Amino acid sequence: MQPILEVKNITKKYGDFIAVDNINFSVADGGFFSILGGSGCGKTTLLRMIAGFEQQTSGEIIIRGQSMQGIPPERRPVNIVFQNLALFPMMNVEKNVGFGLQRQKLPKNEVKQRVASMLERVGLHGFNKKNVNDLSGGQRQRVAIARSLVLKPSILLLDEPLGALDRKLREHMKVELKLLQKEIGTTFIYITHDQSEALVMSDKVAVMNKGQFEQIDAPRKLYKTPKTSFVAGFVGESNEFDIESYLDNQITTQHGWKLSKPHLDFQPKKLFIRPEAFILNPRKALAPIERVEMRVKTILFDGSNTKISTVIKESEEEVLIALPQNAQFENLQEGDVIKVGIHPDDLKCYP
Amino acid sequence: MKKINSIFYLLLIPVLAWLLISIVVPHLDLLFKSFRFENDDGLMVFSFNNYLAFFEDDIYWLTFVKTALYSIAVTLLAFLVTFPVAFYLTKVVAKKYSRFMVLLLLIPIWIGELVTLYGWMILLSDNGVINQFLISSGIIDAPIEMLYTHFSMTIGLLYMSMLFMIIPMMSALDSLDDSLIEAASDLGASKWTIFRQIIIPYTVPGIVSGGIIVFMLVIGDYVAPNILGGKSSLWFTEQIYNQFLSTFNWNEGAAFGFLLLLLSSSIVWLALKLTGQKLDRVGS
Repeated sequence: MQPILEVKNITKKYGDFIAVDNINFSVADGGFFSILGGSGCGKTTLLRMIAGFEQQTSGEIIIRGQSMQGIPPERRPVNIVFQNLALFPMMNVEKNVGFGLQRQKLPKNEVKQRVASMLERVGLHGFNKKNVNDLSGGQRQRVAIARSLVLKPSILLLDEPLGALDRKLREHMKVELKLLQKEIGTTFIYITHDQSEALVMSDKVAVMNKGQFEQIDAPRKLYKTPKTSFVAGFVGESNEFDIESYLDNQITTQHGWKLSKPHLDFQPKKLFIRPEAFILNPRKALAPIERVEMRVKTILFDGSNTKISTVIKESEEEVLIALPQNAQFENLQEGDVIKVGIHPDDLKCYP
Repeated sequence: MKKINSIFYLLLIPVLAWLLISIVVPHLDLLFKSFRFENDDGLMVFSFNNYLAFFEDDIYWLTFVKTALYSIAVTLLAFLVTFPVAFYLTKVVAKKYSRFMVLLLLIPIWIGELVTLYGWMILLSDNGVINQFLISSGIIDAPIEMLYTHFSMTIGLLYMSMLFMIIPMMSALDSLDDSLIEAASDLGASKWTIFRQIIIPYTVPGIVSGGIIVFMLVIGDYVAPNILGGKSSLWFTEQIYNQFLSTFNWNEGAAFGFLLLLLSSSIVWLALKLTGQKLDRVGS
């Protein structure tokens, strides 16, 4: 199947500064594609080039097989939901959502009908005449999305639209957005610096750093097998260690922790281990795993996200370990020594 | 809570005193005077004659209507001239330059109305800069009469008032988020539609607030019509001036003054109604 969006060798330079550096990717029709990166990584510039607000220095953007070269934003089959939503404050909900349809000079009846059914779809039935300034954060969010979706764009671009919401509402909107996308089937391209948003909602996530994509993968794969040290450090939580040496299949970290890791065909410099990769009190039968004793330094209680900060015996290395909240470790105290096991596959090494 | 209240009232005293001394008392005195009329016996009595005189003499109410129409026209012209400037200074030029440019705009105000209007006399007179340039470049043979006409008066009124329109419009445009313009364009709006449906409605409070200032300045101005307008372009303030200082009929002058106040207030009220604005919102 032909991808709905193809981005070919796209580069954007501002003077000597390269904001977007020769990026290539394509997005499948009906997918939820996220671009994840820190601030200043070039993700917003990339989105604005797809929307047509910025002109690329070189490269090509193709939507539904058609080059977007020289096509202004108002004639591209994409719509954008802005970070600050950009609702028109002097119009009510109905006028905001109907704004794009009116530009297409559709008959009044049809505009009214499509606006009403779109409002119903995003759960704002009966809000037609409300002033947008009187709505709550989540409702404003939905108006902004409805305003774009009512035009049936090929692609909906979303520029960190959940950024301004409080945590509880953001968690809720994450699920809602994913369900909405599944239901209507429009391709979403979602920009965020929040890895949880990207992982929860997307079919595919591109991790962006310094104007380049480090990795494009499904969320689970991104998390399980990060391809670069940047992705390993950026996506999800990780313990990061500097590697001192790698000799005879044995890693020695900077603070003298020795671990065996076979078959590396490069000289590793960085080691990442996820907090949940540690097996607490591993059974003897559990064959080739790295076993180590750790002293509990502090317990960082955070409900289901509780971790313990530990120090490895006979070294200075500090390690965060996820602590399951079940009866087994209820009596764990600071200063206790626990046995911990790590599977060699969970040792992620990078040059 | 009690304490805050007493401070509030204490601070309110100078404001009220100021309003009372500078506005309420003189106006009450004028209002009182405007209903006083010297009867045949030489006695001052209560009467509507001062107001009736206004309607009986054509020249008075014709000047009155003309002043109103010209003031409205100058206000509209001021909007047309200054809106692009305000838009340019807030949305096109980089911030660091726009500050400097606003400063340049304000220089004529530092110089004062009288001097800047004499400047216009130098430009517009029969052997002034413009006519001399047109003649020497062979475009015209004889000088065009520009000074002491409605044209020169309009330019003078426009010039001395339009800056007061730029500032409130700039502050309104400044608060207009660029993403609103981008969102409209993204939803398929042309530049003209964005201008008409987004930028203008958003800026209306600034436009109306600037418009009221300009209109009030123009309708109450005396200098520009007097030195640039000449005989043909009589302004209603000149009628009031004549009553007070030429014929020494303070009672008639007071009546004219109140008619002007009534006129300008009702036009402002009408403008607010038409644009759907409220005075307290425009005032900020």
